[in-house]
Amino acid sequence: MSLLSVDELTVTFTGRGTRDVNAVSGVSFSVDEGQVVGLVGESGCGKSVTSLALMGLLPKRGVRVGGRALFRTKGGGSTDLLTLGRSALRDLRGPQLAMIFQDPLSSLNPVVPIGVQVTEILARHRGMRGKAARDQAAHLLERVGIPDPTRRLREYPHQLSGGMRQRALIAMAVACAPRLLIADEPTTALDVTIQAQILELLKELVDDQGTALLMITHDLGVVAGLCDDVNVLYAGKVVEAAGRRPLFAAPAHPYAHGLLGSIPRLDSPRGEPLNPIRGSINDTIAWGDGCAFAPRCDFYTLACLEGAPALADLPGAEPAAHLVRCVNPVLNEAPGAGDADDAGADTESDTTKEASA
Amino acid sequence: MSLLELDDVKVHFPVKRGVLFDRTVGHVYAVDGVSLSVTAGQTYGLVGESGCGKTTLGRAILRLNDITAGHVVFDGTDLAALPDEEMRRARRRLQMVFQDPLGSLNPRQNIESILAEGMAAHGIGADREERRTRILEILERVGLPATALSRYPHEFSGGQRQRIGIARALVLEPDLIICDEPVSALDVSIQAQVLNLLEELQDSLGLTYVVIAHDLAVVRHISDVIGVMYLGQLVEEAPSDVLYAEPRHPYTRALMSAVPVPDPDLEDSRERILLRGDLPSPANPPTGCRFHTRCPWRQAERCDTERPALTDIGGGHRVACHFAAEIADGTLEPVRELAPKLLGAETPAAEVPAEVPADAAAQREKGERGEKESTTP
Repeated sequence: MSLLSVDELTVTFTGRGTRDVNAVSGVSFSVDEGQVVGLVGESGCGKSVTSLALMGLLPKRGVRVGGRALFRTKGGGSTDLLTLGRSALRDLRGPQLAMIFQDPLSSLNPVVPIGVQVTEILARHRGMRGKAARDQAAHLLERVGIPDPTRRLREYPHQLSGGMRQRALIAMAVACAPRLLIADEPTTALDVTIQAQILELLKELVDDQGTALLMITHDLGVVAGLCDDVNVLYAGKVVEAAGRRPLFAAPAHPYAHGLLGSIPRLDSPRGEPLNPIRGSINDTIAWGDGCAFAPRCDFYTLACLEGAPALADLPGAEPAAHLVRCVNPVLNEAPGAGDADDAGADTESDTTKEASA
Repeated sequence: MSLLELDDVKVHFPVKRGVLFDRTVGHVYAVDGVSLSVTAGQTYGLVGESGCGKTTLGRAILRLNDITAGHVVFDGTDLAALPDEEMRRARRRLQMVFQDPLGSLNPRQNIESILAEGMAAHGIGADREERRTRILEILERVGLPATALSRYPHEFSGGQRQRIGIARALVLEPDLIICDEPVSALDVSIQAQVLNLLEELQDSLGLTYVVIAHDLAVVRHISDVIGVMYLGQLVEEAPSDVLYAEPRHPYTRALMSAVPVPDPDLEDSRERILLRGDLPSPANPPTGCRFHTRCPWRQAERCDTERPALTDIGGGHRVACHFAAEIADGTLEPVRELAPKLLGAETPAAEVPAEVPADAAAQREKGERGEKESTTP
């Protein structure tokens, strides 16, 4: 069994006098030890809400959470993260589960020095006090690449640069060597050169400690470099799930296909027009009425309106290796029409390589 | 023919301190001597990380910031020396599209009022009817429905708001549009729509753009010439394809290697240059070459003391590095590892004595990981 297996997670926001909003409507995926799993999608697809639901950070009122999220604890038993009580969840957060947020400035307490915020975790979960805790905190900061850690411990969040704040946050998250790290857009607020540093750091953490990483991002470039498995979300459902190589070589869902076609790439020739997806995220229909992506889809047929399509194996792929939620998936066509021919050839050799591995 | 010519433009912001008398205690050297020229009908891309001065430079062209020194020559007139009222009138030909589409639109004005305001200020269109006809024409051009006229900014999505921002610039029939991070607030699928729109408008109206962005891929996609900025200075400038094929400045190379590309094979194989540390403060920039504190090829003496000039190396490629040629032909080795390991070694102090099973589990995981790695092709 995997470290975390999420099964049909649903999150509904309810409010008096307003229609219920299904932010997440049936998301399933699993994360193994030492694996990096990506949740990718644009704003409003439910990726952040998924992570908050897993960490038990959604407010209790006005939110309905359904489904299961089984987490294998250190002892070997498994618990459902969604039904755990507050104190049980607190014991789990830190030593077993940890999260890194998008905006490091708003997730650090501005009126408390960094040192106190790091030692707090050590005191709660490891019972460390005084100098031992301070030394360990300094060591943690040093490990994530913050120079002069003893001085930094006395400083406040505003005195640190953006990259350093994110490092401090990572240091806090890995303080108790968690087995699952959830990173919600950890590099979105950072510059590219700093982003490269942080991504490299996360990669090393996964490689050295066998930490599982759930990476939530909108940036397909980050996913291509970091994730083993990728889940593409649209309007609260996984629309495509595959290993990164098959996914990037031949995205089968029209949304994933369109997304890759609409990114300007550093290595594409200048002047090649982008192929954007029509409309915006507001142009969706409810999953109950059909495929939510249908109004924006270029490959739309009447069959798309006969209820939500199931997440099924892609024709021609290994079972469970490449799942797609589409009645009319894009086959044998690489994103970006210009170099379709040779990219198609690459695609095939890649998938066979992946399958043989 | 160059439409816009910047000559040694400097924008310094004074840092003031004191209770009764504001003493100037220093300066933030936001833009420190930038010279470039923008050809009519082309797109000039300015790229750099936050704090490099690219936005300040863009605003300085329109004199939204005071220019400390230098000349901004637009179509033969030096904007830096223009009296305020004449500058205001000159702004009809120079427009700006801002980064945050919601923040730059007045929430209490409807779209017609937002678009007509600039026209009235510059005396375009005799009356309301004439302006409305013109506005409708432009709205159609940018892909907004005519019903948008009486609606308010909050009723639109991010992409549509950016279209309104573009329409606001277009109604004045400008020659040059400065786009400050035009797509960074938008989702990728919407980003592509706006980028395509900007290109279409350029083709049909013959516009000249200065596009300011932090995203190198976006800038490369839309620009003819790219200038890379670092700490208030231009470190490299080249035609877009040349810059991508042969980046010469160490900073450009690091920047390019840091941009994630949605292609797993390329991501795994390409050269990676990790820069150490953060951007130094522009209030106290390093001496000599400003990049020397983070440069993997830094040489003793010369890099620390002598400021490299932006020199032409042929083909419209200009680079500000003493050792660009040596780095390019490989005769100069980097003085430190290009992609050093970041994670410090786990020392015994970090181990948890009380939780032996956890360590055992970690060991086991490590083993599994190793096996997995050996089987992957």
